[in-house]
Amino acid sequence: MNAEAKTGDAPVKISVRNLNFFYTGGHQALFDNCLDIRANRITAVIGPSGCGKSTHLRVYNRIYELYRGQRAEGEVLIDGRNILSPDVDVLELRRKVGMIFQKPTPFPMSVFDNIAYPMRLHFKLSRSEIADRVENALRGASLWDEVKDKLKKSGLALSGGQQQRLCIARAIAAEPEILLMDEPTSAVDPVATLKIEDLVLELREKFTVVIVTHNMQQASRISDYTAFFYKGEIIEYDTTDRIFTNPSHKKTEEYITGRFG
Amino acid sequence: MTSIAADKRRGLFRRKLVDRIVRILSLLALAVAVASMIWILWTVVSRGARVIDWTFLTEPSKPWGAPDPGIANALLGTLLITLGAAVMGIPPALLGGIYLAEFGKGTRLGDAIRFSANVMMGMPSVVVGLFVYALVVVATGGFSGLAGSIALAILMFPVVLRTTEDMLLMVPDSLRESALALGTTRARAAVRIICRSARGGLVTGILLAIARVSGETAPLLFTALWSDGWPRNYFTGPTANLPVLITEYSTNSPFEEQHAAGWGAALIVTMMVLLLNIATRIIFKEKHHER
Repeated sequence: MNAEAKTGDAPVKISVRNLNFFYTGGHQALFDNCLDIRANRITAVIGPSGCGKSTHLRVYNRIYELYRGQRAEGEVLIDGRNILSPDVDVLELRRKVGMIFQKPTPFPMSVFDNIAYPMRLHFKLSRSEIADRVENALRGASLWDEVKDKLKKSGLALSGGQQQRLCIARAIAAEPEILLMDEPTSAVDPVATLKIEDLVLELREKFTVVIVTHNMQQASRISDYTAFFYKGEIIEYDTTDRIFTNPSHKKTEEYITGRFG
Repeated sequence: MTSIAADKRRGLFRRKLVDRIVRILSLLALAVAVASMIWILWTVVSRGARVIDWTFLTEPSKPWGAPDPGIANALLGTLLITLGAAVMGIPPALLGGIYLAEFGKGTRLGDAIRFSANVMMGMPSVVVGLFVYALVVVATGGFSGLAGSIALAILMFPVVLRTTEDMLLMVPDSLRESALALGTTRARAAVRIICRSARGGLVTGILLAIARVSGETAPLLFTALWSDGWPRNYFTGPTANLPVLITEYSTNSPFEEQHAAGWGAALIVTMMVLLLNIATRIIFKEKHHER
Protein backbone atom coordinates (compact mmCIF):
# COMPACT_ATOMS: atom_id res chain seq x y z
CA MET A 1 0.00 0.00 0.00
CA ASN A 2 1.14 3.49 -0.77
CA ALA A 3 2.66 4.52 2.55
CA GLU A 4 2.50 8.21 1.79
CA ALA A 5 -1.04 8.27 0.45
CA LYS A 6 -2.55 11.70 0.77
CA THR A 7 -6.25 11.74 1.25
CA GLY A 8 -6.80 14.74 3.46
CA ASP A 9 -8.88 17.64 2.29
CA ALA A 10 -7.90 18.99 -1.05
CA PRO A 11 -9.97 21.14 -3.38
CA VAL A 12 -11.79 19.42 -6.21
CA LYS A 13 -9.93 20.01 -9.48
CA ILE A 14 -12.04 18.01 -11.89
CA SER A 15 -15.71 17.38 -11.38
CA VAL A 16 -17.39 14.96 -13.74
CA ARG A 17 -21.19 15.18 -13.86
CA ASN A 18 -23.35 12.62 -15.66
CA LEU A 19 -20.83 11.98 -18.38
CA ASN A 20 -22.07 9.79 -21.23
CA PHE A 21 -19.88 8.89 -24.17
CA PHE A 22 -20.77 7.56 -27.61
CA TYR A 23 -18.54 6.09 -30.26
CA THR A 24 -19.15 6.44 -33.97
CA GLY A 25 -22.43 4.76 -34.82
CA GLY A 26 -23.98 5.54 -31.45
CA HIS A 27 -22.42 2.75 -29.39
CA GLN A 28 -22.44 4.02 -25.81
CA ALA A 29 -19.21 3.48 -23.89
CA LEU A 30 -19.71 5.54 -20.71
CA PHE A 31 -22.86 5.69 -18.61
CA ASP A 32 -23.59 8.58 -16.25
CA ASN A 33 -20.06 8.84 -14.90
CA CYS A 34 -19.78 11.09 -11.84
CA LEU A 35 -16.43 11.72 -10.22
CA ASP A 36 -14.68 14.42 -8.15
CA ILE A 37 -10.94 14.44 -8.65
CA ARG A 38 -8.90 16.28 -6.05
CA ALA A 39 -6.07 18.67 -6.75
CA ASN A 40 -2.50 17.48 -6.13
CA ARG A 41 -3.59 13.93 -5.63
CA ILE A 42 -3.04 10.82 -7.71
CA THR A 43 -6.27 9.24 -8.81
CA ALA A 44 -6.08 5.77 -10.31
CA VAL A 45 -8.69 4.52 -12.75
CA ILE A 46 -8.89 0.73 -12.76
CA GLY A 47 -11.12 -1.90 -14.29
CA PRO A 48 -11.08 -4.76 -16.79
CA SER A 49 -10.09 -4.07 -20.40
CA GLY A 50 -12.79 -2.44 -22.47
CA CYS A 51 -14.55 -0.97 -19.43
CA GLY A 52 -14.12 2.64 -20.56
CA LYS A 53 -11.14 3.75 -18.44
CA SER A 54 -9.23 5.29 -21.34
CA THR A 55 -12.39 6.59 -22.96
CA HIS A 56 -13.22 8.41 -19.75
CA LEU A 57 -9.74 9.92 -19.47
CA ARG A 58 -9.76 11.02 -23.10
CA VAL A 59 -12.73 13.28 -22.44
CA TYR A 60 -10.74 15.48 -20.02
CA ASN A 61 -8.64 17.01 -22.80
CA ARG A 62 -11.18 16.40 -25.58
CA ILE A 63 -8.62 14.39 -27.53
CA TYR A 64 -11.43 12.11 -28.68
CA GLU A 65 -12.51 14.91 -31.01
CA LEU A 66 -9.74 13.82 -33.37
CA TYR A 67 -12.10 11.09 -34.49
CA ARG A 68 -15.21 11.95 -36.41
CA GLY A 69 -18.44 10.86 -34.81
CA GLN A 70 -17.27 10.45 -31.22
CA ARG A 71 -19.39 12.42 -28.80
CA ALA A 72 -19.47 13.24 -25.09
CA GLU A 73 -22.55 14.42 -23.17
CA GLY A 74 -22.77 15.76 -19.64
CA GLU A 75 -20.35 18.01 -17.83
CA VAL A 76 -16.68 17.91 -17.01
CA LEU A 77 -15.88 20.89 -14.79
CA ILE A 78 -12.24 21.84 -14.46
CA ASP A 79 -11.82 24.58 -11.87
CA GLY A 80 -15.56 25.00 -12.11
CA ARG A 81 -15.71 25.53 -15.88
CA ASN A 82 -17.39 22.98 -18.14
CA ILE A 83 -14.73 22.04 -20.66
CA LEU A 84 -17.24 20.28 -22.91
CA SER A 85 -18.85 23.61 -23.65
CA PRO A 86 -18.19 24.66 -27.26
CA ASP A 87 -16.77 28.05 -26.28
CA VAL A 88 -13.84 26.46 -24.44
CA ASP A 89 -10.62 26.89 -26.42
CA VAL A 90 -9.39 23.36 -26.90
CA LEU A 91 -5.78 24.44 -27.51
CA GLU A 92 -5.66 26.20 -24.14
CA LEU A 93 -7.48 23.28 -22.50
CA ARG A 94 -4.82 20.89 -23.77
CA ARG A 95 -2.01 23.11 -22.55
CA LYS A 96 -3.56 22.98 -19.11
CA VAL A 97 -4.35 19.26 -19.24
CA GLY A 98 -1.33 17.26 -20.39
CA MET A 99 -1.50 13.65 -21.48
CA ILE A 100 0.89 10.69 -21.47
CA PHE A 101 0.04 7.74 -23.68
CA GLN A 102 0.47 4.01 -23.48
CA LYS A 103 3.26 3.87 -26.02
CA PRO A 104 6.00 6.49 -25.76
CA THR A 105 5.67 8.93 -28.64
CA PRO A 106 8.82 11.03 -28.95
CA PHE A 107 8.61 13.43 -31.87
CA PRO A 108 11.07 12.80 -34.69
CA MET A 109 13.46 15.50 -33.49
CA SER A 110 16.23 15.90 -30.95
CA VAL A 111 15.72 15.33 -27.22
CA PHE A 112 16.10 19.08 -26.69
CA ASP A 113 13.58 20.01 -29.39
CA ASN A 114 11.09 17.48 -28.06
CA ILE A 115 10.98 19.36 -24.78
CA ALA A 116 11.27 22.81 -26.33
CA TYR A 117 8.37 22.08 -28.70
CA PRO A 118 5.48 22.85 -26.29
CA MET A 119 7.38 25.87 -24.88
CA ARG A 120 7.83 27.43 -28.31
CA LEU A 121 4.21 26.58 -29.02
CA HIS A 122 2.69 28.32 -26.02
CA PHE A 123 5.21 30.87 -24.74
CA LYS A 124 7.41 33.65 -26.03
CA LEU A 125 10.74 32.75 -24.54
CA SER A 126 14.34 33.64 -25.29
CA ARG A 127 16.80 30.93 -26.26
CA SER A 128 18.41 30.91 -22.84
CA GLU A 129 15.05 30.76 -21.09
CA ILE A 130 14.13 27.77 -23.23
CA ALA A 131 17.43 26.06 -22.47
CA ASP A 132 16.88 26.59 -18.73
CA ARG A 133 13.35 25.29 -18.89
CA VAL A 134 14.32 22.25 -20.95
CA GLU A 135 16.79 21.35 -18.23
CA ASN A 136 14.16 21.89 -15.54
CA ALA A 137 11.59 19.79 -17.34
CA LEU A 138 14.11 16.98 -17.85
CA ARG A 139 15.11 17.18 -14.18
CA GLY A 140 11.44 17.17 -13.27
CA ALA A 141 11.08 13.91 -15.17
CA SER A 142 14.26 12.48 -13.54
CA LEU A 143 15.82 12.21 -16.97
CA TRP A 144 18.40 14.98 -16.96
CA ASP A 145 21.37 12.94 -15.73
CA GLU A 146 20.72 10.26 -18.32
CA VAL A 147 20.32 12.53 -21.35
CA LYS A 148 22.32 15.70 -20.59
CA ASP A 149 25.00 14.54 -23.04
CA LYS A 150 22.49 13.42 -25.64
CA LEU A 151 20.36 16.54 -25.99
CA LYS A 152 21.07 16.78 -29.71
CA LYS A 153 20.42 13.09 -30.37
CA SER A 154 17.08 11.98 -31.75
CA GLY A 155 14.43 11.35 -29.13
CA LEU A 156 13.81 8.05 -30.90
CA ALA A 157 17.30 6.88 -29.96
CA LEU A 158 16.47 6.67 -26.23
CA SER A 159 15.36 3.45 -24.52
CA GLY A 160 11.64 2.79 -24.11
CA GLY A 161 11.56 3.85 -20.47
CA GLN A 162 13.57 6.98 -21.22
CA GLN A 163 11.27 7.79 -24.12
CA GLN A 164 8.29 7.62 -21.80
CA ARG A 165 9.96 9.94 -19.28
CA LEU A 166 10.85 12.21 -22.20
CA CYS A 167 7.15 12.35 -23.01
CA ILE A 168 6.38 13.19 -19.39
CA ALA A 169 9.00 15.96 -19.48
CA ARG A 170 7.46 17.23 -22.70
CA ALA A 171 4.02 17.28 -21.12
CA ILE A 172 5.39 19.15 -18.09
CA ALA A 173 7.06 21.68 -20.38
CA ALA A 174 3.67 23.02 -21.43
CA GLU A 175 3.15 24.08 -17.79
CA PRO A 176 -0.03 22.06 -17.27
CA GLU A 177 -2.04 21.77 -14.08
CA ILE A 178 -3.36 18.30 -14.71
CA LEU A 179 -1.53 15.24 -16.07
CA LEU A 180 -3.53 12.42 -17.60
CA MET A 181 -1.68 9.14 -17.90
CA ASP A 182 -3.15 6.38 -20.00
CA GLU A 183 -1.40 3.16 -18.91
CA PRO A 184 1.99 4.89 -19.03
CA THR A 185 3.98 1.85 -17.98
CA SER A 186 2.33 -0.89 -20.00
CA ALA A 187 4.95 -0.69 -22.76
CA VAL A 188 8.09 -0.45 -20.60
CA ASP A 189 10.10 -2.97 -18.59
CA PRO A 190 9.69 -3.46 -14.81
CA VAL A 191 12.72 -1.37 -13.81
CA ALA A 192 11.59 1.54 -15.98
CA THR A 193 8.11 1.09 -14.55
CA LEU A 194 9.38 1.64 -11.01
CA LYS A 195 11.24 4.77 -12.09
CA ILE A 196 8.10 6.13 -13.70
CA GLU A 197 6.06 5.29 -10.60
CA ASP A 198 8.54 7.19 -8.40
CA LEU A 199 8.30 10.06 -10.80
CA VAL A 200 4.50 10.07 -10.66
CA LEU A 201 4.67 10.29 -6.88
CA GLU A 202 6.91 13.34 -7.18
CA LEU A 203 4.64 14.94 -9.77
CA ARG A 204 1.82 14.97 -7.25
CA GLU A 205 3.42 17.96 -5.54
CA LYS A 206 2.79 20.14 -8.55
CA PHE A 207 0.09 18.49 -10.61
CA THR A 208 -3.21 16.73 -10.34
CA VAL A 209 -2.55 13.27 -11.73
CA VAL A 210 -5.13 10.88 -13.14
CA ILE A 211 -3.66 7.54 -14.15
CA VAL A 212 -5.38 4.72 -15.96
CA THR A 213 -3.81 1.40 -15.15
CA HIS A 214 -4.62 -2.27 -15.57
CA ASN A 215 -2.05 -3.06 -12.95
CA MET A 216 -3.72 -3.16 -9.54
CA GLN A 217 -0.44 -3.28 -7.64
CA GLN A 218 0.50 -0.09 -9.40
CA ALA A 219 -2.76 1.57 -8.42
CA SER A 220 -2.30 0.56 -4.80
CA ARG A 221 1.37 1.57 -4.78
CA ILE A 222 1.01 5.08 -6.05
CA SER A 223 -2.53 6.38 -5.95
CA ASP A 224 -4.41 8.28 -3.27
CA TYR A 225 -7.85 7.67 -4.74
CA THR A 226 -9.12 4.90 -6.95
CA ALA A 227 -12.12 4.70 -9.26
CA PHE A 228 -13.27 1.26 -10.32
CA PHE A 229 -14.87 1.13 -13.75
CA TYR A 230 -16.98 -1.72 -15.04
CA LYS A 231 -18.81 -1.77 -18.37
CA GLY A 232 -18.68 2.00 -18.69
CA GLU A 233 -19.98 2.72 -15.22
CA ILE A 234 -18.11 3.90 -12.17
CA ILE A 235 -18.93 1.17 -9.69
CA GLU A 236 -16.98 2.58 -6.80
CA TYR A 237 -14.81 5.58 -6.08
CA ASP A 238 -13.02 6.02 -2.79
CA THR A 239 -9.61 6.36 -1.20
CA THR A 240 -7.24 3.76 -2.56
CA ASP A 241 -6.86 2.42 0.94
CA ARG A 242 -10.55 1.64 1.24
CA ILE A 243 -10.93 0.29 -2.28
CA PHE A 244 -8.16 -2.21 -1.68
CA THR A 245 -8.93 -3.18 1.92
CA ASN A 246 -12.62 -2.72 2.39
CA PRO A 247 -14.54 -2.10 -0.82
CA SER A 248 -18.25 -1.61 -0.46
CA HIS A 249 -19.27 -3.25 -3.74
CA LYS A 250 -19.04 -6.94 -4.41
CA LYS A 251 -17.90 -6.32 -8.00
CA THR A 252 -14.97 -4.20 -6.79
CA GLU A 253 -13.92 -6.86 -4.35
CA GLU A 254 -14.10 -9.55 -7.01
CA TYR A 255 -11.97 -7.48 -9.34
CA ILE A 256 -9.27 -6.50 -6.88
CA THR A 257 -9.00 -10.04 -5.59
CA GLY A 258 -8.46 -11.18 -9.16
CA ARG A 259 -11.63 -13.15 -9.69
CA PHE A 260 -12.18 -11.54 -13.08
CA GLY A 261 -10.66 -8.97 -15.39
CA MET B 1 -13.65 -37.10 -30.00
CA THR B 2 -12.64 -40.18 -31.96
CA SER B 3 -9.46 -40.03 -33.98
CA ILE B 4 -9.73 -40.00 -37.77
CA ALA B 5 -9.10 -43.31 -39.55
CA ALA B 6 -5.68 -43.74 -41.10
CA ASP B 7 -7.05 -44.18 -44.64
CA LYS B 8 -8.56 -40.67 -44.53
CA ARG B 9 -5.17 -39.01 -44.40
CA ARG B 10 -4.11 -37.02 -47.42
CA GLY B 11 -0.94 -38.21 -49.10
CA LEU B 12 2.13 -36.22 -48.20
CA PHE B 13 3.70 -36.79 -51.60
CA ARG B 14 1.08 -34.79 -53.48
CA ARG B 15 1.32 -31.86 -51.07
CA LYS B 16 5.07 -31.74 -51.31
CA LEU B 17 4.92 -32.00 -55.09
CA VAL B 18 2.53 -29.04 -55.36
CA ASP B 19 4.79 -27.08 -53.05
CA ARG B 20 7.77 -27.79 -55.25
CA ILE B 21 5.94 -26.92 -58.49
CA VAL B 22 4.75 -23.56 -57.11
CA ARG B 23 8.24 -22.76 -55.92
CA ILE B 24 9.80 -23.57 -59.28
CA LEU B 25 7.15 -21.58 -61.16
CA SER B 26 7.66 -18.51 -59.05
CA LEU B 27 11.41 -18.79 -59.42
CA LEU B 28 10.99 -19.04 -63.22
CA ALA B 29 8.78 -15.98 -63.29
CA LEU B 30 11.39 -14.11 -61.30
CA ALA B 31 14.13 -15.24 -63.67
CA VAL B 32 12.17 -13.99 -66.70
CA ALA B 33 11.70 -10.58 -65.11
CA VAL B 34 15.30 -10.22 -63.98
CA ALA B 35 16.65 -11.55 -67.27
CA SER B 36 14.71 -9.03 -69.33
CA MET B 37 15.93 -6.23 -67.10
CA ILE B 38 19.52 -7.36 -67.50
CA TRP B 39 19.00 -7.77 -71.23
CA ILE B 40 17.69 -4.21 -71.57
CA LEU B 41 20.50 -2.80 -69.46
CA TRP B 42 23.09 -4.78 -71.42
CA THR B 43 21.73 -3.64 -74.79
CA VAL B 44 21.63 -0.01 -73.73
CA VAL B 45 25.08 -0.10 -72.16
CA SER B 46 26.77 -2.02 -74.98
CA ARG B 47 25.32 0.19 -77.71
CA GLY B 48 25.35 3.46 -75.81
CA ALA B 49 28.64 3.40 -73.95
CA ARG B 50 30.89 3.62 -77.01
CA VAL B 51 29.54 6.98 -78.18
CA ILE B 52 29.74 8.65 -74.78
CA ASP B 53 32.77 10.91 -74.48
CA TRP B 54 33.48 14.44 -73.33
CA THR B 55 32.27 16.07 -76.56
CA PHE B 56 29.07 14.04 -76.49
CA LEU B 57 28.24 15.31 -73.02
CA THR B 58 29.30 18.95 -73.46
CA GLU B 59 28.42 19.90 -77.04
CA PRO B 60 24.86 20.67 -78.10
CA SER B 61 23.17 18.72 -80.86
CA LYS B 62 23.78 20.11 -84.32
CA PRO B 63 22.17 19.79 -87.73
CA TRP B 64 23.44 16.79 -89.63
CA GLY B 65 26.96 17.22 -90.95
CA ALA B 66 28.17 19.85 -88.47
CA PRO B 67 31.32 18.82 -86.56
CA ASP B 68 31.30 17.50 -82.95
CA PRO B 69 27.59 16.96 -82.28
CA GLY B 70 26.57 16.15 -78.69
CA ILE B 71 23.48 15.91 -76.48
CA ALA B 72 24.28 18.55 -73.85
CA ASN B 73 21.38 20.78 -74.89
CA ALA B 74 18.92 17.89 -74.54
CA LEU B 75 20.42 16.93 -71.18
CA LEU B 76 20.07 20.48 -69.91
CA GLY B 77 16.60 20.79 -71.43
CA THR B 78 15.44 17.61 -69.71
CA LEU B 79 16.80 18.90 -66.39
CA LEU B 80 15.01 22.22 -66.88
CA ILE B 81 11.72 20.66 -67.93
CA THR B 82 11.81 18.13 -65.08
CA LEU B 83 12.75 20.80 -62.54
CA GLY B 84 9.92 23.01 -63.79
CA ALA B 85 7.52 20.08 -63.49
CA ALA B 86 8.72 19.38 -59.94
CA VAL B 87 8.32 23.01 -58.91
CA MET B 88 4.78 23.14 -60.28
CA GLY B 89 3.61 19.64 -59.43
CA ILE B 90 5.12 18.70 -56.07
CA PRO B 91 3.95 21.45 -53.67
CA PRO B 92 0.24 21.12 -54.49
CA ALA B 93 0.56 17.34 -54.46
CA LEU B 94 2.17 17.38 -50.99
CA LEU B 95 -0.46 19.75 -49.63
CA GLY B 96 -3.22 17.68 -51.25
CA GLY B 97 -1.79 14.50 -49.71
CA ILE B 98 -1.75 16.18 -46.30
CA TYR B 99 -5.37 17.16 -46.79
CA LEU B 100 -6.40 13.63 -47.73
CA ALA B 101 -4.56 11.95 -44.87
CA GLU B 102 -5.20 14.46 -42.10
CA PHE B 103 -8.52 16.10 -42.86
CA GLY B 104 -10.24 14.28 -45.70
CA LYS B 105 -10.61 10.86 -44.12
CA GLY B 106 -14.13 9.61 -44.70
CA THR B 107 -15.35 12.93 -46.09
CA ARG B 108 -17.05 13.20 -49.47
CA LEU B 109 -14.57 15.77 -50.70
CA GLY B 110 -11.69 13.53 -49.68
CA ASP B 111 -13.19 10.53 -51.44
CA ALA B 112 -13.80 12.59 -54.57
CA ILE B 113 -10.22 13.87 -54.64
CA ARG B 114 -8.82 10.39 -54.08
CA PHE B 115 -10.96 8.98 -56.86
CA SER B 116 -9.93 11.68 -59.33
CA ALA B 117 -6.28 11.18 -58.45
CA ASN B 118 -6.63 7.47 -59.19
CA VAL B 119 -8.25 8.26 -62.53
CA MET B 120 -5.48 10.76 -63.30
CA MET B 121 -2.85 8.17 -62.50
CA GLY B 122 -4.31 5.82 -65.07
CA MET B 123 -4.52 8.53 -67.73
CA PRO B 124 -2.30 7.77 -70.76
CA SER B 125 0.50 10.33 -70.92
CA VAL B 126 -0.24 11.00 -74.58
CA VAL B 127 -3.68 12.29 -73.57
CA VAL B 128 -2.10 14.63 -71.04
CA GLY B 129 0.27 15.83 -73.79
CA LEU B 130 -2.62 16.49 -76.11
CA PHE B 131 -4.49 18.33 -73.36
CA VAL B 132 -1.57 20.66 -72.68
CA TYR B 133 -1.07 21.10 -76.43
CA ALA B 134 -4.65 22.28 -76.80
CA LEU B 135 -4.63 24.43 -73.70
CA VAL B 136 -1.13 25.89 -73.56
CA VAL B 137 0.67 25.41 -76.87
CA VAL B 138 -2.21 26.54 -79.04
CA ALA B 139 -3.13 29.35 -76.67
CA THR B 140 0.41 30.75 -76.38
CA GLY B 141 1.04 30.25 -80.04
CA GLY B 142 4.00 27.93 -79.79
CA PHE B 143 5.81 24.95 -78.33
CA SER B 144 7.81 25.60 -75.18
CA GLY B 145 9.78 23.89 -72.44
CA LEU B 146 7.33 25.36 -69.98
CA ALA B 147 4.44 23.57 -71.71
CA GLY B 148 6.46 20.35 -71.37
CA SER B 149 6.90 21.04 -67.65
CA ILE B 150 3.16 21.56 -67.27
CA ALA B 151 2.43 18.22 -68.92
CA LEU B 152 4.93 16.41 -66.70
CA ALA B 153 3.64 18.23 -63.61
CA ILE B 154 0.15 16.91 -64.37
CA LEU B 155 1.58 13.40 -64.60
CA MET B 156 3.54 13.76 -61.35
CA PHE B 157 0.74 15.28 -59.34
CA PRO B 158 -1.43 12.21 -58.64
CA VAL B 159 1.59 9.99 -57.97
CA VAL B 160 3.00 12.31 -55.32
CA LEU B 161 -0.47 12.99 -53.91
CA ARG B 162 -1.27 9.33 -53.34
CA THR B 163 2.15 8.34 -52.00
CA THR B 164 2.03 11.33 -49.63
CA GLU B 165 -1.37 10.23 -48.36
CA ASP B 166 -0.25 6.61 -47.95
CA MET B 167 2.96 7.58 -46.16
CA LEU B 168 1.16 9.94 -43.77
CA LEU B 169 -1.46 7.31 -42.99
CA MET B 170 1.37 4.96 -41.99
CA VAL B 171 2.26 7.32 -39.14
CA PRO B 172 0.52 5.91 -36.05
CA ASP B 173 -2.41 7.88 -34.61
CA SER B 174 -0.64 7.90 -31.25
CA LEU B 175 1.83 10.44 -32.64
CA ARG B 176 -1.04 12.65 -33.88
CA GLU B 177 -2.71 12.38 -30.49
CA SER B 178 0.39 13.33 -28.55
CA ALA B 179 0.98 16.35 -30.77
CA LEU B 180 -2.61 17.49 -30.35
CA ALA B 181 -2.55 16.72 -26.62
CA LEU B 182 0.11 19.41 -26.22
CA GLY B 183 -2.22 22.01 -27.70
CA THR B 184 -0.98 21.84 -31.28
CA THR B 185 -3.40 22.69 -34.06
CA ARG B 186 -4.20 19.97 -36.60
CA ALA B 187 -2.40 21.74 -39.43
CA ARG B 188 0.73 22.38 -37.39
CA ALA B 189 0.78 18.79 -36.14
CA ALA B 190 0.44 17.58 -39.73
CA VAL B 191 3.28 19.70 -41.08
CA ARG B 192 5.69 19.81 -38.15
CA ILE B 193 5.26 16.36 -36.63
CA ILE B 194 3.51 13.96 -38.99
CA CYS B 195 5.28 15.01 -42.20
CA ARG B 196 8.58 15.08 -40.39
CA SER B 197 7.99 11.58 -39.14
CA ALA B 198 7.14 10.41 -42.66
CA ARG B 199 9.77 12.45 -44.48
CA GLY B 200 11.68 9.43 -45.76
CA GLY B 201 8.54 8.16 -47.41
CA LEU B 202 7.61 11.57 -48.79
CA VAL B 203 11.03 12.04 -50.41
CA THR B 204 10.78 8.53 -51.82
CA GLY B 205 7.43 9.33 -53.43
CA ILE B 206 8.83 12.52 -54.94
CA LEU B 207 11.94 10.86 -56.34
CA LEU B 208 9.96 7.98 -57.82
CA ALA B 209 7.57 10.42 -59.47
CA ILE B 210 10.51 12.38 -60.93
CA ALA B 211 12.08 9.16 -62.14
CA ARG B 212 8.81 8.17 -63.73
CA VAL B 213 8.26 11.36 -65.70
CA SER B 214 11.87 12.03 -66.64
CA GLY B 215 11.64 9.46 -69.41
CA GLU B 216 8.17 10.40 -70.67
CA THR B 217 8.22 11.06 -74.39
CA ALA B 218 4.68 11.37 -75.69
CA PRO B 219 3.69 14.48 -73.70
CA LEU B 220 6.93 16.23 -74.73
CA LEU B 221 6.33 15.62 -78.43
CA PHE B 222 3.20 17.75 -78.09
CA THR B 223 4.73 20.45 -75.92
CA ALA B 224 8.48 20.97 -75.72
CA LEU B 225 9.12 19.38 -79.09
CA TRP B 226 12.74 19.71 -80.13
CA SER B 227 15.37 22.23 -81.06
CA ASP B 228 19.02 22.07 -81.97
CA GLY B 229 21.03 24.45 -79.85
CA TRP B 230 20.89 25.38 -76.19
CA PRO B 231 17.56 25.64 -74.36
CA ARG B 232 17.57 29.44 -74.12
CA ASN B 233 13.87 29.79 -74.75
CA TYR B 234 12.47 27.50 -72.07
CA PHE B 235 9.49 29.80 -71.53
CA THR B 236 8.75 30.68 -75.12
CA GLY B 237 10.28 28.24 -77.55
CA PRO B 238 10.80 24.57 -78.42
CA THR B 239 13.27 23.03 -75.99
CA ALA B 240 15.59 20.11 -76.56
CA ASN B 241 15.14 17.09 -74.29
CA LEU B 242 16.45 13.56 -74.09
CA PRO B 243 13.29 11.49 -74.70
CA VAL B 244 12.46 13.34 -77.92
CA LEU B 245 16.11 13.18 -78.99
CA ILE B 246 16.05 9.41 -78.54
CA THR B 247 12.82 9.10 -80.52
CA GLU B 248 13.96 11.35 -83.32
CA TYR B 249 17.48 10.01 -83.69
CA SER B 250 16.54 6.36 -83.42
CA THR B 251 13.45 6.22 -85.60
CA ASN B 252 13.35 9.29 -87.84
CA SER B 253 16.97 9.62 -88.81
CA PRO B 254 18.61 7.86 -91.77
CA PHE B 255 22.08 8.35 -90.32
CA GLU B 256 23.97 5.62 -88.47
CA GLU B 257 25.77 8.20 -86.29
CA GLN B 258 22.48 9.56 -85.02
CA HIS B 259 21.22 6.05 -84.24
CA ALA B 260 24.32 5.58 -82.11
CA ALA B 261 23.81 8.96 -80.42
CA GLY B 262 20.24 7.87 -79.66
CA TRP B 263 21.59 4.83 -77.80
CA GLY B 264 24.04 7.03 -75.95
CA ALA B 265 21.21 9.32 -74.84
CA ALA B 266 19.16 6.27 -73.85
CA LEU B 267 22.03 5.15 -71.62
CA ILE B 268 22.18 8.60 -69.99
CA VAL B 269 18.42 8.55 -69.25
CA THR B 270 18.69 5.02 -67.87
CA MET B 271 21.55 6.05 -65.59
CA MET B 272 19.62 9.06 -64.35
CA VAL B 273 16.57 6.97 -63.48
CA LEU B 274 18.77 4.29 -61.91
CA LEU B 275 20.54 6.88 -59.75
CA LEU B 276 17.21 8.32 -58.63
CA ASN B 277 16.01 4.86 -57.65
CA ILE B 278 19.19 4.07 -55.77
CA ALA B 279 18.99 7.42 -53.96
CA THR B 280 15.42 6.55 -53.04
CA ARG B 281 16.49 3.23 -51.60
CA ILE B 282 19.25 4.79 -49.55
CA ILE B 283 16.96 7.45 -48.14
CA PHE B 284 14.29 4.92 -47.26
CA LYS B 285 16.84 2.65 -45.59
CA GLU B 286 18.27 5.44 -43.48
CA LYS B 287 14.78 6.21 -42.34
CA HIS B 288 14.25 2.65 -41.18
CA HIS B 289 17.53 2.54 -39.30
CA GLU B 290 16.54 5.64 -37.43
CA ARG B 291 13.44 3.97 -36.05
